[in-house]
Amino acid sequence: MKSAIVVFPGTNRERDMAKALTLVGGTAPTMVWHGDADLPQGLDLVVLPGGFSYGDYLRSGAMGARSPVLDAVKRHAEAGGYVLGVCNGFQILAESGLLPGALMRNRDLRFICRDVHLRVETADSPFTQAYGAGEIVRVPVAHHDGNFFADEQTLMALEGEGRVAFRYCDERGLAAEETNPNGSRDNIAGILSANRRILGMMPHPENLVEPALGGTGGRPLFESITEALS
Amino acid sequence: MKAKVHITLKTGVLDPQGKAIEKSLDHLGFDGIGEVRQGKVIEIELAETDEAKARAAVEAMCRKLLANTVIENYAIELS
Repeated sequence: MKSAIVVFPGTNRERDMAKALTLVGGTAPTMVWHGDADLPQGLDLVVLPGGFSYGDYLRSGAMGARSPVLDAVKRHAEAGGYVLGVCNGFQILAESGLLPGALMRNRDLRFICRDVHLRVETADSPFTQAYGAGEIVRVPVAHHDGNFFADEQTLMALEGEGRVAFRYCDERGLAAEETNPNGSRDNIAGILSANRRILGMMPHPENLVEPALGGTGGRPLFESITEALS
Repeated sequence: MKAKVHITLKTGVLDPQGKAIEKSLDHLGFDGIGEVRQGKVIEIELAETDEAKARAAVEAMCRKLLANTVIENYAIELS
């Protein structure tokens, strides 16, 4: 699997992502700068990592979505390439229109930094195939703007096409208002594109990939994509 | 020419910051407060002197960057 991580001014999770990709996938990703007009040749996967690109100015992800490298990411996606956006990366994917919806200020206005439980809603994707459908995993979140919003029509399409990848829940899998950390509509934590090759999610799977880090809830995501692209 | 762009959340989009302001105003003893919605104002100086052209340019800026039309409306004021 040939992968690259895009680094914006203010990105701060690129090393965690590189560690996870290298550990599970066996190959180190290339780092790409936000001002680059092109991505390396022959890439399978582009990752937009977490952080605070451009200081979250205007709206989280708004500036990143208009940076030169995003045109190259869009061309990669249009050609059927795989894209993973985590946290700020998800915000950038939504702002760029590569994924539907928007990530708004958390319901309780607070920055949330803790572990949450997620229910894997579909194993039918290159990012989730190593999980079982309905499996409950624990991974951390760290965000201020993770409140997923989409209009009714978009939500119906996402649900109908099985494009909700992860939903916030408790340790037993109950997805309800009281187990929703940030006010996201229908507890949505991650969604897939129509061709299922783009995944955006607020939680950080790259931070729980080996027991020494406190858990392995994020590891199957990297196993999935490694298998899909090998 | 100067453009003033007012960006507001669309009806039906929950505004937690507006809600917090609403509660705070109530807490400070201001009576008769209805719903509070928070938005933002962006001021742009323009070299363009033709109003129609300026409006068209600012419209494009709003659609491309200034507003996220998934959740926000925009209104342009030129002076």
